[in-house]
Amino acid sequence: MSSTMNETSARMPEVDAAVADRARISIRNLDFFYGSNRALKSIFLDLPEGKVTGMIGPSGCGKSTLLRVLNRMYDLYPGQRATGEVLLDGENVIAPGIDLNQLRSRIGMVFQKPTPFPMSIYENISFGVKLHERLSKSAMDERVEWSLTRAALWDEVKDRLNTSAGGLSGGQQQRLCIARTIAVRPEVILLDEPTSALDPISTLKIEELIDELKRDFTIVIVTHNMQQAARIADQVAFFYLGEMVEVGAAAQMFTAPSERRTQEYITGRFG
Amino acid sequence: MSASTVNPVGSRGPARDPRVAAMLSRRRQRRNMVAAGLCMAATTVGLALLALILATLLWLGAGGVHWSVFAHSTRPPGSGGGLLNAIVGSLIQTGLGTVIGTPIGLLVGTYLSEYAGNSRLGGAVRFVSDVLLSAPSILIGLFVYAVLVNPFNGFSGIAGSVALAVIVIPIVVRTTEDMLRLIPVSLREAAVALGAPKWKSIVFVCYRAALDGIATGVLLAIARVAGETAPLLFTSLGNLNWSTSLTQPMASLPVTIYQYAGSAFDDWVQLAWVGALLITFGVLALNILARVVLRPRV
Amino acid sequence: MDDPTVSSTAAPPLTGARKMPLRRAGSGAVGDRVFAALAYAAGMLVLVLLGGIILSLLIGGLPAFRAFGPHFLVDANWDPVQQQYGAAVPIYGTLITSVLALLIAVPLAFGIAFWLTELAPAWLRRPVGTAVELLAAVPSIIYGMWGFFMIVPFMSSYVQPFVIDGLADVPVLSDLFQGPPFGTGIATAALILAVMVIPFIAATMRDVFQTVPAVFKESAYGVGCTTWEVMRSIVIPYTRVSVMGGIMLGLGRALGETMAVTFVIGNTNRISPSLFGPGNTIASLVALEFPESPAGSLKLASLLALGFILFVISFIVLAISRLLLRPRAGA
Repeated sequence: MSSTMNETSARMPEVDAAVADRARISIRNLDFFYGSNRALKSIFLDLPEGKVTGMIGPSGCGKSTLLRVLNRMYDLYPGQRATGEVLLDGENVIAPGIDLNQLRSRIGMVFQKPTPFPMSIYENISFGVKLHERLSKSAMDERVEWSLTRAALWDEVKDRLNTSAGGLSGGQQQRLCIARTIAVRPEVILLDEPTSALDPISTLKIEELIDELKRDFTIVIVTHNMQQAARIADQVAFFYLGEMVEVGAAAQMFTAPSERRTQEYITGRFG
Repeated sequence: MSASTVNPVGSRGPARDPRVAAMLSRRRQRRNMVAAGLCMAATTVGLALLALILATLLWLGAGGVHWSVFAHSTRPPGSGGGLLNAIVGSLIQTGLGTVIGTPIGLLVGTYLSEYAGNSRLGGAVRFVSDVLLSAPSILIGLFVYAVLVNPFNGFSGIAGSVALAVIVIPIVVRTTEDMLRLIPVSLREAAVALGAPKWKSIVFVCYRAALDGIATGVLLAIARVAGETAPLLFTSLGNLNWSTSLTQPMASLPVTIYQYAGSAFDDWVQLAWVGALLITFGVLALNILARVVLRPRV
Repeated sequence: MDDPTVSSTAAPPLTGARKMPLRRAGSGAVGDRVFAALAYAAGMLVLVLLGGIILSLLIGGLPAFRAFGPHFLVDANWDPVQQQYGAAVPIYGTLITSVLALLIAVPLAFGIAFWLTELAPAWLRRPVGTAVELLAAVPSIIYGMWGFFMIVPFMSSYVQPFVIDGLADVPVLSDLFQGPPFGTGIATAALILAVMVIPFIAATMRDVFQTVPAVFKESAYGVGCTTWEVMRSIVIPYTRVSVMGGIMLGLGRALGETMAVTFVIGNTNRISPSLFGPGNTIASLVALEFPESPAGSLKLASLLALGFILFVISFIVLAISRLLLRPRAGA
């Protein structure tokens, strides 16, 4: 897909079916440890390009942990380690010697609570871009507008780009964080319960946005909300006690799961 | 409360004697009143002391505030000198001390909050910094005398500035560490998730988020060192002539106040009161400003 | 939100840099290493500063320690003519003024802290608390001047004659409060020191009192306790250790205070049995004698040795204070 992009210099709205099924990230036999506690147990999972993968499961089942393995956020904390393979373009990103800053520019992340930086709206976007690119003022202006437009926030903030991001509403802040993430133009976007701190209207806006963004980005979303997973995910993976119980197309998972535990969780028997 | 009716012994236990209860209650209330009254008195004493000091300064100092105080340097008694060299010297040494001490304190606070973790080395640095925070400032003066004045054969403005910087450092360390620790993990993770190296996430995101608190610490540090006298006695010494050379002895308001207040000349004593008034209200203004800055924004 | 133009917004062209191979140490690694090294160096500088203070005082005072030996600590002479120096008088003065200051300051500071946390109406807490903190911000030289011009005359005209006469027939006390009413001396210095440390102790106590969980206090009020009873049986037991830490912090301040004491201590190098008698503290002696101590002289060495002793005393006090106030480092 990226080669297509270089030629046309614009993202294609239609996704070629053959390309779409290609795995952007392949997780192979992944284990994760908090100290001696094994939090993920031999996970195998493909994250297809241009699709939304939803991760569901009860609290503490390891879905957020898996997300934080993909961009190696766990490296911030001593005592946490992963074994196995997470292949991005054939490279194992959890191997030693990986340039983490480069990795994180290719795999972006949006958090549960909005995390606007204590700076202006404009600077919030340009901060991430400046880390990886040297842009002229006008190119930066363009990038800021582009990312805010893609995050469906431009119209609301275009007249106050230089005011503090702290003044935005919760939903706007979260969309700003999404804009900030896509401004770096990652290939993959990780969303860790991005709407759990938001009201229903803001949640709806974010969901529409995710649906819109998946044409250009591979998206992984952790959610507690099964309706949300059903609404926006193409593929759903169910986690339980550190294991991935089942993965499949969203429609099939919610109507005819093959595992009893999935069935029980989806029907609200536990969780 | 059914204090007047005698309860039968039953499910509620034996009855309490209403007269004893009333007597105890009166005694306890009285004791409470006495304690509250004493505490009120203590607070009044504290506030009265502040008022008394400020009133004394205004009463004895305000009368001497005149343009010549700011226009002339110190002169021999009876020839109408001012405090210009002392004011400028204080500004230079306080400013330079802050400029030297703040970045060091900022880095130490960063080290403690972001790098040291719970290591023993970090614990030692934190402990020593806390001790330096309250260490007698006269000893810091003697230390700088021993390392900067004695070996280089002379008192100097730079030595005074270094002594003040040593006092600035632990103040800035404390506020920087405290403020950085208040920053939520999510903000650091958000910066790191964009691919920012650790130092950029600290400098451009964490410092920015902690700016108000750090600024408060710096203001308090300035207020503290602006009034310091003891460390300057052994470092910049004081200078009755106009001099802005950093390698020469340099005047400062506190040292000039010290020299003049103990003198036998009325005009010098008067100038000492003016200096005291200036320095006190300057320091208190900085303190109030710092509190306004720190005031949590909801 | 369903703006169809959104999806057609052109993406900026990808730059070559984006596809940089992952396996390359680079972006930010140098900056990270430099910054971490700077922070580490600054942290070590703090340790070096402490070591420097200790060493410079010790080395500077070495000639005195060598000349007088351990006798230096107990010798009450300070005789520049005979070149005979001892530390007993200033050590005694330092300890006695600080302890007396605490005796005055602790009850007052406790009262202020209690009033600020439990009794004051909410709208008064902040301004009064700030005023108390401002009292701590007044430079010490101002206290010295104020003490010299205001408290000393007041003591000599009103307090001391009255106390000396009133206690003249009481055994022991008559010895403690005797002599000519100069106004200066140990008692006045202790009084000024008390005024200076009240705000420190009060502010620490207030902060400590505020750490008591509301549930504890509420359950005590729930069984009918008065405010004072809650203070005595809940707040004080709960905060005992930290309150001691606050008091030690005040003691540390008082021990090393220079300018305020120098003005009013009387500057006399002998131990007077009377609290109204003059004396010296380590800090005031160093400040007063330093100008007449040429570099390299035994007198200067003795002053630096005194500085070393003061450092040891206040280090111990401050270390205890810190251990009591912040028991878990980094927590």
